[in-house]
Amino acid sequence: MTAATPTEAPEPRGAAARRLFRLAARHPGVVPVGAVVLAVLIGAAIIAAAGLDPITAYSAVLQGALEPDSLDYTFSVWGFTCGMALAAAIPLRMGEFNLGGNGQLVLGGLAATVVAGALPGPLAVPLAVLAAAVLAAAFGAVSAPLATRFKIPIIISTLLLSPIAVAVVSFLVRFPLAEAGSGVAQTARLPEDARMWSIGDLSYSNVGLLILVAMMAVFWIVDSRTAVGFELRVVGANRRFGAYGGVVVGRLALGAMAAAGAAAGIVGAVIVLSSPYRLIDGALLSPGYTFAGFAAALLAGGRPLLIPVTSVLFAVLQVGGAAMERTADVPRQLSDLLQGVVIIVLALRTVLDAGRTGRSEH
Amino acid sequence: MHVFEWGFVAAVLLAATPVLYAALAGALSAQVGVFNIALEGQMLWGAFAAVAGSYYTGSAWAGIGIAVLSSAIFSVVLAVGAARFRADPIIIAIGTNLLALGLTGFLMRVLFDVSGTFSPRGLQGLPAMSFLRDIPVLGPVFGGQTVLVPLAFVLCIAAGLWLRSSVGGLRLRGIGEHAAAAASLGVNVARTQTWTTIVGGALCGLAGAQLALGNVTVFTENMTAGRGWIAVAAVMLVGNRPLWVPIACLGFGAAEAFGFRLQGLGAPQQLTDAAPYAITLLVLVATRIRFGAARRALSS
Repeated sequence: MTAATPTEAPEPRGAAARRLFRLAARHPGVVPVGAVVLAVLIGAAIIAAAGLDPITAYSAVLQGALEPDSLDYTFSVWGFTCGMALAAAIPLRMGEFNLGGNGQLVLGGLAATVVAGALPGPLAVPLAVLAAAVLAAAFGAVSAPLATRFKIPIIISTLLLSPIAVAVVSFLVRFPLAEAGSGVAQTARLPEDARMWSIGDLSYSNVGLLILVAMMAVFWIVDSRTAVGFELRVVGANRRFGAYGGVVVGRLALGAMAAAGAAAGIVGAVIVLSSPYRLIDGALLSPGYTFAGFAAALLAGGRPLLIPVTSVLFAVLQVGGAAMERTADVPRQLSDLLQGVVIIVLALRTVLDAGRTGRSEH
Repeated sequence: MHVFEWGFVAAVLLAATPVLYAALAGALSAQVGVFNIALEGQMLWGAFAAVAGSYYTGSAWAGIGIAVLSSAIFSVVLAVGAARFRADPIIIAIGTNLLALGLTGFLMRVLFDVSGTFSPRGLQGLPAMSFLRDIPVLGPVFGGQTVLVPLAFVLCIAAGLWLRSSVGGLRLRGIGEHAAAAASLGVNVARTQTWTTIVGGALCGLAGAQLALGNVTVFTENMTAGRGWIAVAAVMLVGNRPLWVPIACLGFGAAEAFGFRLQGLGAPQQLTDAAPYAITLLVLVATRIRFGAARRALSS
């Protein structure tokens, strides 16, 4: 990012180049791209410090995620990351942090499993997705009255509510809903006619992913073309101005948290309605879609059209991380690490502003 | 008094201690106006550093030192980013929490070639204060604990008194109250915020050390398991006042210790795991209702 600063240049040219750099740094693409580049470099340094080869590791990531055989799987992971990015981005648009994605995700999975298992037939899939959306939306929305009536910030209430939901679902999967006689913490396999409709003979990507893509299109339209989207962004830019302008912030928060919950819930539904067609304890959370989505949403600055793009990065990292572990012997925890670095670098973009104002004062 | 009941008190203190250190860190940060939700990651890093330090040096005390120092360094990202560069502390914290989770898992694989759990033979844990064993009350409560357990409470009370009745404490509180006003009185706001947050990092190092070398002698992936978040909630619950932090944390410790007992009686672990979060949330709501009622009564 700052590597291009021509500080060593001779004085008059240096000033011109600095001005150019300053202009370039103001381009909206610089910070996100710079964050990714910096994260990749830091990751490379860490891999090298561990005595492993960064180039082998990264090419294993790309190959593992993007070779023709794995595109089907990568595409599904991309969809889940996009969905969880929506769950983070919608409240982020109004300046709120939804850290309860895990709880909303597993509740969606739970609702879909129960409904699809109870009502097999042509309506099983739509009803399961709907039930997941409703339950997770209701759960997400609880945080809004907690914030407006009891002054508990949404970031805190989502944080505290999420582990409760995770624990309850884990309990239900282990005991009342557990598959009889298997001894594994999982529900019974869903019947054939209660599974997500497939596309051709793809084994991972199915119609559920199209639902997730449609959700992103809806978010784009609402965000850019409707009054609600405008209100969200106004409140995000300046809450008091929004309230002064007549936005009922509490109601907006209720809607945003419900929508975020619904997005996460639908992701949960699509996961359990896809192979292996059951709710397995911990399986929804172990890939870490929630924070990969969070990172993708932050990297996109909450902008709906950029979320699909930034999600590609984290989907590749997620899928390729496993391949990297197999072929280059680099632990897959590197994916979490890089997500963290991207988020930190993004947050520290203010360093550029500080440098700018510092220079202009001289 | 029965040993059984003193044993329960000891279990409550043991469960409360890591959260207490982290909550003290959070309360101090909040006093200078830095919303610190990086406690979870800093504590996790502290736990890892303590175990790695003890493993390499063969001394648990060196492990604590390394945990404190490296957690303080780890918190510099948040401290400098939020105080000096005015970056959003929430986003930095989300990043550092993920970084700590990834980095500890990564290093565990790279350095020790294990995943999930690292408990080498001969790993030195912190010694218990067994010299207290024969003293009534103190013996059964503290005899099996490390010195970090009482220290947590002492530090909380000391910090609370210092904040309340010293010049430095007044300046510190002034920043959280009104940063611009404090700056106009000559307090260096950014520097105080930076150093307070770094001290918080050191406290999280102690939290992690107690967790990984005191409560048990092992490092497991994500072993903090939400204790840092409970600490954040505890700070909110007591309105950032260090003197009240021990009470909130003892409540959490009681919930966890009681949960263990219930598990022993056959209650499913998942539900006792959820209890601290549910209780914290309910208490938050309840205090808000009471404060709200009191405020209405005052204003009418």
